[in-house]
Amino acid sequence: MEIRVQAEAFDAGAELNRFSAGAEGAGGVVSFTGVVRDLPGGGLRAMEIEHYPGMTEKALTDFAAQAMERWALSDVLVIHRFGALAPGAQIMMVATAAPHRRAAFEAADYLMDYLKSRAPFWKKEITAAGADWVAAKAQDEADLDRW
Amino acid sequence: MDILYFAWLRERIGVPRERVETGAETVRDLVAELSARDEGYAAAFADLSALRVALDQELSEFDAPLAGVREVAFFPPMTGG
Repeated sequence: MEIRVQAEAFDAGAELNRFSAGAEGAGGVVSFTGVVRDLPGGGLRAMEIEHYPGMTEKALTDFAAQAMERWALSDVLVIHRFGALAPGAQIMMVATAAPHRRAAFEAADYLMDYLKSRAPFWKKEITAAGADWVAAKAQDEADLDRW
Repeated sequence: MDILYFAWLRERIGVPRERVETGAETVRDLVAELSARDEGYAAAFADLSALRVALDQELSEFDAPLAGVREVAFFPPMTGG
């Protein structure tokens, strides 16, 4: 299990290869990479991501431990960035390795739902017109009920 | 006790953290104390349904007791991922 919260960019492909190579007993690896989405028509200068140092690492570790407990997983990787990110930049990635695919898919989905609504990150969109905090979506909250 | 603020709540209150001496028994009591300070705090805490609270870095509830708590954090709903 590896959890990283960092300002630096990461190479999702290299991380995935490294993770896959180290996942003992895995028969499959699922990964999700989140990227900074531009606004419709463009115009996003940056996505600023704030977090709660200390609690963030703790929360992500808890979610990963819960996933390991609930599904038969070989390993879990979570990387999440903070700071000012340009449109198209990679924000975060989750990878799950498991002996069988269903566990890997479900655990990755579960981790993403918890990352969205229960990990202490806040996004702010910076445009020429100013800055706006991104509001949480009711759908993201409802998604947690799936688990 | 240390109080931390994040995102728009931090901007509205104007500081990321502060230390307070308080006898508040619950989070709700602490919010009432802070809100009584001035209009800025009162406005920031006007709608608790738009806020979340963490006690010693664990998500909690506004009715939770503060006994033994060292760090209280207030913030809007999270938007990670």
